[in-house]
Amino acid sequence: MEPVRPTFWNVPHWAEILQYVLGAFALVIFAHGVYGHIKKWRLGRQEAISVFTLKRLQTFIPFALFPLRLSADPFAFVMHLTIFWGMVVLFLGTILATVDWDVTRLFLGFQFLRDGFYLFYELVLDIFGVFLILGLAMALYRRYIFRPKRLQAGIVSTFPLDSLYFLAILLFIALTGFALEGLRIAVQGSHWAVWSPGGFYLSGIFHSLSPPATKSLHFIFWASHALLAFIFIASIPFTKAFHIFSSALSVYLQNLSPKGALASGEAAGVERLSDFTWRQLLQLDACISCGRCQDVCPAYASGYPLSPRDVVLKLDYHLHHPSEENPIHNSVISAPELWACTTCCACEDTCPVFVEHSRMIVEMRRALVNRGTVEKRLQDTLTKWSRYGNSFGQSDRVRAKWTQGLDFKLKDARKEPVEYLWFVGDYASYDPRIQGITQMTARIFHRTGLDFGILYEAERNSGNDVRRIGEEGLFEMLREKNLHTLKNAKFQTIITTDPHTYNTLKNEYPLAQNGIRVVHSTEFLHRLIQEGKIPVQKRLNHRATYHDPCYLGRYNGIYEPPRRVLKALGVQLIEMPRNRHRSYCCGAGGGRIWMEETPGIQERPAENRIREAVSLPGVDTLVVACPKDIVMFRDALKTTGNEGKIAIKDISELVWEAMEPKEV
Amino acid sequence: MQGGILVLTEHLKGEITEITYEMLGIGRKMADFLKVPLYPVVLGRNVSHLTSHLGIADRIFLVENPALDMPSPNVVASILKNVVKEKQISLVTIGGTNLSMGIGPKLSAFTAFPFINFCKNITFADTSILFTSQLFGGKILTDTRLPNNRGIISILPGSFPANAGKVEGSASVERLEIPLGEPEVIFRKFIEPEAGDVDITRQGILVAVGRGIQNQENISLAEELAGILRGAVCASRPVVDQGWLPLTRQVGKSGMTVKPKLYLALGISGAPEHQEGMRNSQLIIAVNTDPKAPIFDIAHYGAAMDIFEVIPALIEEARKRKGAG
Amino acid sequence: MNWVVILKMVPDTVEELMVAEDGRSLDTQWLRMIVSEPDEHALEEAILLKERCGGTVTAITLEAPEVDEILYTALARGADRAVKISGEWTGLRSTATAQIFSTYIKDWLGQNLSETLVLTGSQAIDDLEGEMAPYLAHHLGTPYVGVVSGVRLEEGKVIIMKEFAGGLRGEFELSLPAVLGIQSAEKPPRYVPVAKVRSIMKSVKIDTVESSLPEIPASLSVEKMYKPEIAGRAEMLAGTPEEIAKRIVEILAERGLI
Repeated sequence: MEPVRPTFWNVPHWAEILQYVLGAFALVIFAHGVYGHIKKWRLGRQEAISVFTLKRLQTFIPFALFPLRLSADPFAFVMHLTIFWGMVVLFLGTILATVDWDVTRLFLGFQFLRDGFYLFYELVLDIFGVFLILGLAMALYRRYIFRPKRLQAGIVSTFPLDSLYFLAILLFIALTGFALEGLRIAVQGSHWAVWSPGGFYLSGIFHSLSPPATKSLHFIFWASHALLAFIFIASIPFTKAFHIFSSALSVYLQNLSPKGALASGEAAGVERLSDFTWRQLLQLDACISCGRCQDVCPAYASGYPLSPRDVVLKLDYHLHHPSEENPIHNSVISAPELWACTTCCACEDTCPVFVEHSRMIVEMRRALVNRGTVEKRLQDTLTKWSRYGNSFGQSDRVRAKWTQGLDFKLKDARKEPVEYLWFVGDYASYDPRIQGITQMTARIFHRTGLDFGILYEAERNSGNDVRRIGEEGLFEMLREKNLHTLKNAKFQTIITTDPHTYNTLKNEYPLAQNGIRVVHSTEFLHRLIQEGKIPVQKRLNHRATYHDPCYLGRYNGIYEPPRRVLKALGVQLIEMPRNRHRSYCCGAGGGRIWMEETPGIQERPAENRIREAVSLPGVDTLVVACPKDIVMFRDALKTTGNEGKIAIKDISELVWEAMEPKEV
Repeated sequence: MQGGILVLTEHLKGEITEITYEMLGIGRKMADFLKVPLYPVVLGRNVSHLTSHLGIADRIFLVENPALDMPSPNVVASILKNVVKEKQISLVTIGGTNLSMGIGPKLSAFTAFPFINFCKNITFADTSILFTSQLFGGKILTDTRLPNNRGIISILPGSFPANAGKVEGSASVERLEIPLGEPEVIFRKFIEPEAGDVDITRQGILVAVGRGIQNQENISLAEELAGILRGAVCASRPVVDQGWLPLTRQVGKSGMTVKPKLYLALGISGAPEHQEGMRNSQLIIAVNTDPKAPIFDIAHYGAAMDIFEVIPALIEEARKRKGAG
Repeated sequence: MNWVVILKMVPDTVEELMVAEDGRSLDTQWLRMIVSEPDEHALEEAILLKERCGGTVTAITLEAPEVDEILYTALARGADRAVKISGEWTGLRSTATAQIFSTYIKDWLGQNLSETLVLTGSQAIDDLEGEMAPYLAHHLGTPYVGVVSGVRLEEGKVIIMKEFAGGLRGEFELSLPAVLGIQSAEKPPRYVPVAKVRSIMKSVKIDTVESSLPEIPASLSVEKMYKPEIAGRAEMLAGTPEEIAKRIVEILAERGLI
């Protein structure tokens, strides 16, 4: 006898027929459930996206096969990989078996699951079946014994113990599968049974049973295996299992535009669920409540009333349990929750299913701003922007007052053509703690013979943070004013030291289409060093660590240029545990720097970061590349009592120190 | 003797307010300069006892009437109008306080006397008086002369020494019977400030502590000093962050904006966020060990010294002064 | 019920104020005009009252550069009607502005004045007279109270809170029509998003009415306008702690602070 897949062995014909009936029934329920989800997504706003593009496939396939994003937690990574690949292979195996039995055998009169291929098929399926069981066991252990905090979500939009159901039913399906294989082998005892190692091993247990008893038991297992599988299939859309589809879809349909480019949307923002786009509603459904976003959220870690995970879960719950008119604010999501976000984007960066937490939060903030419910201090700052164009509430006429401390005159880019237009930004222009650094940057540019100029009092705040506060109308006004000024200036490239300014100019101003490049000063300094234009008079023997600003790193992927600059200066660079895309926010972004402090905060993000930097052995300097970082970290240095232990320096300060050691 | 200087005696809850003495002090000078008499006018319900504190006057006008319980600006102005007319008054001074706000313009409308508000200094030149007003939040001063030295002046509190007007004993009192119309504004009741925490934005004197205070125990030192100065303690952010004082005491960007008459900054370096909340204080005195602390850029007086040396000395000195005065 | 709010433009003191060549007025070249802050509170209070008691809020200003934006903002904030009184208005004192406003209000409301509460800022920083509300009340023949920080209607009566010093307040009752000088609204003025103002600009029109300069008897004129001497850096006190303490107490005594 040759090896051939013994499909429906020991199964009466009526049972075989019943299986197809039940299978069809399960599929109908499944389809109905999926339709229910699609109907929910369609509540959302239209959003024109191209669905079938090469870029999507190129992003999706590697991610689906090997989701590296999850590797930060190795246990979970292995767990997910084994379950995922176990399920995929077993599913493909089932498909092959169906084709083998119901297509090629029925219509073409042959079975391809035979001989060597069949044995290989059996072996692979058994191995992946074991993987699946191992993965499920890991998942059960982690969720119910190890119990990490991020998995303890109190909000489930389906039903309590959904996760347990999901894991348990899969486990039962897998176990009954192995059992019935074992029972079959115990009766058939074919010499190729070793190719099904799992079943072969189990068959040993059943040898003591009489053949009829084995066969009866086999039938019972077969029936429960089939029944469980159908129940599982039918229940997918109503349980956590739906993430198999929604998550995949969400990953496939992920937002491919730059993270730093917010969609314009309505200035009125998101008042109810239907103000989100259909894709954002799909993202809510795709959330698997893994809690990774909560783990990396600086607001959550500091004890602010925000967990990005819960925001998504609450919205998803609301999507499936709608109340009258679907209002979101206050009843579902509170204002303090929304204001706590620093828009650092760590949540979006880590999310395995590409949920856009911070972008959704900004859109919900727009509704709060539209209602006029803005806390006093933030409101004052918004008024300052609209009146003076800066957050300091100082006259626009003194914006360039910092240049008075220079012994050379900066070109006025509005009056004469320059190669580089320096967009200075509010903090660098107005904050007395930063002005010295700004002057240093000017000296570096001047000394390297750069042809550059500034816009003097015509510059307005670029609006990056205004937009993230949710004041879309004010952002548009500031952008219009800046664009008007820029239009009347002659230059080729915009340069700025402020990552926030950099982000919006680069991603949200229509500049690239007019051939204007936007560069951050660290990129630029790196180039100057490469071209040998920065004469390093003195190699610095600092032992320093570098903090990646959110809007430079995570948002725009600039990680290496500042590091290369530091190395070129002779700095010994020691990385903090959280570096590059895992960098920890200083807490200033998203307008937080202008908001009132929430009472009872355990440890501010900047303080947490300072502790991280101070704990590095022998590190004397924390280098930053963002004016707001200087303010935040110098303050945190005081409040944590670490004054004197470490210096907070802007990268320009170090460059100047290396260029002009005598003057520092 | 033509004319006369009329000072509206301001009183609240049976006590003459400080501004009255300030006005009497400078009023005396004006009266002497112009060689005219100084007349305080006291009006109210049961106010005759107040006249015993107005020894500096040449004569006191007293208008007592049960209907004059917290009278409206209109009622006060119409009484003053009668006095001005009857007694040929040339200059009227009124306190630039919340209590008296609106009386000046009303009286000006009744009498066609010009009205000068926000007066913070008065100087004498040749035959006339120069009134200096503070406009635009103190950024600009104006000097104005009244034609024939006739007019109504509203005096900013704290502009003149009150002691100069405090003369016990009574001058002759002249009761005036002035018919009152139907009052169009009725006083109902006083509402006392809530028993909760002090509202530092309403305090005239603030003793502010910063990081230099070092620990919670030391706050009691500042409180002792504030008690003697009749002020309240407030703080910069680090102190509130530590939980040493409630949020209601925080001055600066995240806290309150205050404009007290005195801001005594102890151990505060003066970060811009802090300055934002207190820059407009009328008098800033700062003590900080670091002579380069930015607080000294906006303070009027400064001392680069350890606050723990200065505070006890200040407490002692202030006690002495109070005992003497 | 008519809630009438008078908004006044004053120079923004964030800008460096310069005295003009005549030495008696401000150099207007560098001025930035903003709404007088207490007037913003008056508007907020009026809108709060409308939200509680119904009626319509009308915001009135004198023509001035960029005043349209102020009126649109008032509309976006919740005012129902915005009125701009056009004319050549420079260097007006409160006496004059009160006449212009009272003439307009009387013409406009006539008999309906009885159902009117006029709210405006208690004081303005730009005027030697400093208070417009009492003059306005005088011309309208209505009662007036200033330094108001709370208003409610009770059986046709206006009940107001007036602030004294040190947190003490008094409750007063007056009948309509009346003029109130508002110190602060019950809640800080609400935020008006820029998008709302912009959409109001497209959909609502400002009523412009003509008026002429009232005849005002020649009053006093400013003789000299100047900046106070800049204190600059602190005067540093030196000596022993005792000497410093003594000097500080002297300074306080000089100013009547102790």
